[in-house]
Formats: sequence, structure tokens, C-alpha cells
Amino acid sequence: MSGERFLQGNEACAEGALAAGARFFAGYPITPSSEIGEILSRRLPRVGGKFIQMEDEMSSLAAVIGASLGGLKALTATSGPGFSLMQENLGFAAAAEIPCVIVEVQRAGPSTGQPTSPSQGDVMQARWGTHGDHPIIVLAPSSVREFFNLTVRAFNLSEKYRTPVIVLADEVIAHMREKIALPAPGEIEVFDRMKPTVPPEWYFPFDDTTEVPPLASFGQGYRFNVTGVYHDKAGFPTMRPDEIEPWFERIFAKIEHHLDDIVEVEREMMEDAEIALVAYGASARSARSAMHAAREKDLKVGLVKLKTLWPFAEAAIDRVARKVGRIIVPEMNRGQVRLEVERVVAGRARVLGVNRYDGEIISPAQILSAIEE
Amino acid sequence: MKQPMFQTIYPYLRTNKKFPNVWCPGCGNGIVLGSLIRAIDRVGLSKDETAMISGIGCSGRLPVYVDFNTLHTTHGRALGFATGLKMARPEMKVIVIMGDGDALGIGGNHFIHAARRNIGLTVIIVNNLIYGMTGGQYSPATPTDSFATTAPYGHIEQTFDIARLAEAAGAPFVARSTVFHVFELEKLMEKALTKKGFAVVEAISNCHTCYGRQNGMSTPVSMLKWMRENSVPISAKDSKGEGKITRGILVDRDLPEYTELYDQVIERARAAGAEGLR
Repeated sequence: MSGERFLQGNEACAEGALAAGARFFAGYPITPSSEIGEILSRRLPRVGGKFIQMEDEMSSLAAVIGASLGGLKALTATSGPGFSLMQENLGFAAAAEIPCVIVEVQRAGPSTGQPTSPSQGDVMQARWGTHGDHPIIVLAPSSVREFFNLTVRAFNLSEKYRTPVIVLADEVIAHMREKIALPAPGEIEVFDRMKPTVPPEWYFPFDDTTEVPPLASFGQGYRFNVTGVYHDKAGFPTMRPDEIEPWFERIFAKIEHHLDDIVEVEREMMEDAEIALVAYGASARSARSAMHAAREKDLKVGLVKLKTLWPFAEAAIDRVARKVGRIIVPEMNRGQVRLEVERVVAGRARVLGVNRYDGEIISPAQILSAIEE
Repeated sequence: MKQPMFQTIYPYLRTNKKFPNVWCPGCGNGIVLGSLIRAIDRVGLSKDETAMISGIGCSGRLPVYVDFNTLHTTHGRALGFATGLKMARPEMKVIVIMGDGDALGIGGNHFIHAARRNIGLTVIIVNNLIYGMTGGQYSPATPTDSFATTAPYGHIEQTFDIARLAEAAGAPFVARSTVFHVFELEKLMEKALTKKGFAVVEAISNCHTCYGRQNGMSTPVSMLKWMRENSVPISAKDSKGEGKITRGILVDRDLPEYTELYDQVIERARAAGAEGLR
């Protein structure tokens, strides 16, 4: 379905999933993400894929992981409360290194909060929601087209690094409509997971001599064990520190050694900037408007838009800290990304938040007044 | 008699690393696993086309010892993982092993919904009447009036009747036996493996360590005797079954299986195309 279309963000996400080769969706209805499942219930069977509405979010992510082990690219979509229920199996996917994509359309919280109102309150839940140290990749779209692109990218990174990837959208991006030109299938870069080429008796699904061991699908002649328990290179439970430590190091290294590939930021008007706006998701749109309004007033303001939230864009923020005197972080929460910016800036520039958590978006005027302060 | 039985099981074991096992001496889990392997052997399933998926608890450790596609998941969620795998690979025989706490407590909702969908899974519930791995707390299957570390004054709750729950939820096949009635257990597992749809076998097992010791049956033998004396085959249910556990095939009916129905969804979707959709 390429060509120019007038799409809602959630529709663009579903299109992105299909374009990336997703063939399985399991989910539980929750506002404001439900359209993604609805669309995929129609579209997946037409391409031989499968959709199932599970009894809750815990089993939804479980089914996604099971389908991925069966060899299908798989995703689920949810919002904050459902994402909380997925945290247990999210940790499983990280530990067992099963590729999968979780789309989280943030709504105002905590608890039931305000289901139809936007928020960016789940940045830290996306990073640290599951128990135990674990690596994670989190992407944040700020337009309908980006929701498509980053969904494709989420699958690619997930397959490449054998890890769960979260697309952390928000209600504004999910429900707004924009005219976008979808690329033709051949124009999209699609990455498929590495499969083992060695004979089954030589196969180690958690081989510690390589960063990302190939992943065989169940039923293909490579019989192996998958567990959430600390495991050795064969996947068997272990309590030996000399087997646990290399595994733990490897699942972090496979992400941390490839930040250039994973961490994506966009810089606008930063060449001569004296004030930097660091923003993501819907707030990046208000930030861009505020930047242009400030430029009209001859204020030298630039924008650093984070398309990857985790791992955090330390190198990009470090560059900003060395360049500007003031950094403003607008976000629809009480300052979750601001904390990270402050950590990286470490006092080299003033870091200020523009925060809103009343269910309303941050207006350009609100950011502009912070610039003019 | 012993030698041929051993020869049947040995080729299915992962002997390279995993033994000895984690279970207490005399644990019923070994009998359950042995019965299951013999049933698989008799049905003639290939190792490659068989997946074994478990949750958390002592029973969760069964799959790691056997040479199939094995997946040890999170507590209560084995059926969710199995649902995804079965949909991705309907040609595979997917066997799910859960404990009573796993299947009926934390995973109870998944259990009734998987049964309702009638997705083609063979489900073995190892019912040892207690939470064994955590040290003997009462489970949804702990008999009323018995003792547990969290029921020091006697257990006041009713138990789930696994078979009636599965039947009401829509399972087409439900059977029950005990680790004392080992050949019967094996035959029921064989029947379940050949049944299309969500086929449940409840295997009542002995946790003499955690359940038995708190309830006057501190050895495997005393628990096996309890199983012999407190259960009756379904044929004797009316004459001698008062207050006893019924063994045998309790439900056997034909219902449409989920992944086969989904193939029809794919056909309908392809026939409808982009325009034909309402």
C-alpha cells in the first residue's frame, strides 16, 4: 500500500509493521493503541500472517515471544497500564534474547489516568520497568511518517541485535492524521535475523564468542533450551559465575558497542545555537514551532530531537553541553528525560524543564516563554 | 521389564549436562516425565516437531532434561508462549507442562481462555497439591482442611476441580490419573497427544517433602498409597467413588481447533481482498 495517503499515526504504525515483515500480532485492547490491533486483524491474514486477541497483556507478549521463537516477526501494541503488565515477559525477551517489538502509545497516568489524553510519562518505565538489569532499545516517533519509519526500524534493530525493541509513541502521534507518502516495498530496508549455518550439534544459541548469536526457529532441526533462568551458551540453567558473567556482559555489549547504529538524533539550527531544545515525540513538534518563533525574534535557538530514547543519546547531548549555555527539555511528564540530560551535561550548562502533566500538550508559546526567560 | 523401559527413555534425554536433576529424591515429577516420554515414543513424534513448554515451579524444570525444542517461561504464562508458537508453527506438537499453582493460580485466566479457544496444545498439569519449590504454601489445588506453611491452622478454601474447570471452559479432552497409576497415566497422555485441540491431563503427583510432611505422609510411599486408596477409575465412580478422586478419560468430544479455524480466516481474508471487507 505505497503512495500518498492520509493516515492516522496508529495506521502508519501498522503499515510499518507489515512493511518490516511482521506476520504475527497478539494484543489486548487499550486506548489509545487499539487501532493498531484492529488494522492488523484485517491486514495480517491477507498476507498469510496471524492475529490473536489475548485475554490480557501478559499473555499477549508471551504469545509474541512464542511466535518469534517459531520464526515469525511479531509485535504487540499497548498503552501504559498494559505495558506495566508486560514488564515480566519483556524481561524474559531481553534475557532469552528473543526479537520482538512492543508498541506503547503513552496516555496520561499513573493508573487509569486519562486514557484519551497524551503523556510522555513512561520513559523510565520503558527503560527500567522490568526487574533486574537489562539492555533495551526504545524509539520515539514525533510524526505519522516517523511512526511508520521507526516501527520498521524497531523490527530491524530487534532482528539484528536479538532484543526486544519498544516504540514509545504518545496519544498525539497515534491519533493525529498527516498526509504521508509510504515507500514502495523495495525501497524499505528490511533486516532478518541471522539463522545458524552450523550443524545442530555445533549450535550454541547463546554462544559467548560472538555478540549476537544466530537464532534458530523451533521446529527446524536445532533443538535447544530457552529459559529466563541464568543460562550457559547452550541455554541450560547455570549458577556458575564464570558462565553467568560472560552472558550478562554480552547482552549489554551487543547494544553498547553499536550506539552509532542504534542511537538516532536529528539536529536543527544547532550550528549557531546558544539555547538548545532537547525534545522527543509530540513535544518535539511544539519545540520546533517554538524554535522558529524564537528565530523570528533573533534568538539563537536550535533543536535536538531524540528519535532513540534508550540507550540515551549521551554523545549528542555531550556535544550540546559543550556548545550552548542553556538547554530546555520540554516533556509531558515531570522531567524524566531532563534527568538524563542533567546527568550528561553535569553542570556545564543550565538545564531547564518545561513540563506538563495535566493531560494537555505543551504549547509552542509555553516553550517560547521559557526561551525568553 | 525394566531394561526395555530404560531403553525407551534414554534416547530422549539430554545427558550432556543436565543430570542429576533438581528434584527431591522420590519426587513424582520423574514418573510424570517418564510416562510422557513413553507416550511420545508410542505416538511416534519426532524430536524436531515436538516442543515442550513449561512455566515456573518444580514442574517447570521438566523440559530442560529432554531433547526437544524446549522453552522454560515465566510463572503462569506457559500457555501464552505456547499459543504464539502453535500459531507460528501449527504443524508442531506443542506440549505444555504446568504445576497446579502455575496453571490454576497465577495462570488460571490463561488456562480457561486457552481451553475456550481450543488451540491444539497437549497440556499436562502436574498437580502436587502445593507450592513445592517455594516451600509448601497452599495452592488452588490444596485440599480443604489440610496443612500448608501458609495454612498453619488448616486450609479453609475450596479446591479447583481442574477437570470440571477445563470442561466448562471448553476443552475437548480432559483426563486424570496419578503417579501411582503409572501405566494408566501413560495411556491417557498418549490419548491426549493424539487428540486434536486443547487436551488436558491432570497428573496427581507426590510432593512428600512439602505437602506430605505437613499432612502425615512424609515419604513417597505413603503418598503413593494415599493415591491408591483415595482414587477410583471412572467406571467405579458411582459405586465406590464417594469423596474420592476420579481417574480416566473424563471428557472426550470433538470441537473445531483454533489454528485450523484461523486458516479459514486467512482464506476468507484473501478472498475478500481490500475492497470486499465490510
